[in-house]
Amino acid sequence: MRFLLRLATETRRHGVCVVRAIAIWVLLLCAPLEAQQPQPQPQPQPEQQEEFVPVSQLPAQDQLPAAPLLVVAYAFVWLALFAYLVSVARRLSYVQREVERLETDMKRGSRS
Amino acid sequence: MPQWFIPLAGLCAVMFTASPFLIANADYESTMGLVQKIFYYHLPSAWIFLLSAIVCGIASARFLFRGSPRQDRLAYAAAELTVLFGAIVLVTGPLWARKAWGVWWQWDVRLTSSLMGWMVAWAYLLVRKYGGPGSDKLAAGLALFGMANVPFVYVSVNYWRTIHPATTVVPTLPVDMGLALWFSVACFLLLFVLLLRLRVHLEEQRARLDALYLSLDE
Repeated sequence: MRFLLRLATETRRHGVCVVRAIAIWVLLLCAPLEAQQPQPQPQPQPEQQEEFVPVSQLPAQDQLPAAPLLVVAYAFVWLALFAYLVSVARRLSYVQREVERLETDMKRGSRS
Repeated sequence: MPQWFIPLAGLCAVMFTASPFLIANADYESTMGLVQKIFYYHLPSAWIFLLSAIVCGIASARFLFRGSPRQDRLAYAAAELTVLFGAIVLVTGPLWARKAWGVWWQWDVRLTSSLMGWMVAWAYLLVRKYGGPGSDKLAAGLALFGMANVPFVYVSVNYWRTIHPATTVVPTLPVDMGLALWFSVACFLLLFVLLLRLRVHLEEQRARLDALYLSLDE
């Protein structure tokens, strides 16, 4: 009776060992295949908001509206170009008037 | 004035009127948003600023070595345009930087070397106006230094650590942003040619006036 009980226990232990060995072997075979498959990327979760930050506490560049800076930049370009054009036109008309005046004076001088 | 001046001036005015529409239709930049649209006038102005410094330098070199008064007049006109377009760059840049970087000004290589180039152009004009006899040659020497500064300004963003965008930005622009930029470049280039011709004409008239004064004295 005691002999029969020991035999049954040893047979069960041996069976468990064989099953474990097969399972480990299958796992080792499948591991590289598993590693080659693309892993699904975890979706980025929006962070939970723990406090409200007033806009006045943001960095300086985040507080500023862009539109006034843009308008000032374009207005400056147009005004600078227009002012320069007016300046050159005024200088040119002055010099041309002066040239005409001198040429007239010289003609009068040569006649007399 | 040459016959082509008036039609080209009309074309330039039409192009400048059309440019804001193209700029408005260009896509927003992802991180800077609306304020990045300053770029479409800032960059062409910067290129014309550098181009006029080169024109001033080459004309000054030819005046120094050949003594041609025509080249001196061209250099004087280009120096004034260097100051004008440099002022546009140095005003629009900080307006953009205030929003994009959080500061009006940063003493990095690109900004500092641009300011230096602009100050050299101012120095040229001041020497010409208040330098007395011989100031034209002194100013021509200054213009050579102004021209030598140009490649340094251009490559500075690629060789030194700076927060200014690199020169690689332009070739990688998408179609709608590139179209707005190159149209603005064409506008500014045409305007530069017209203003340079007008300013040279003013110098020619001044030379004529000086010759008349001299003949009256004799």
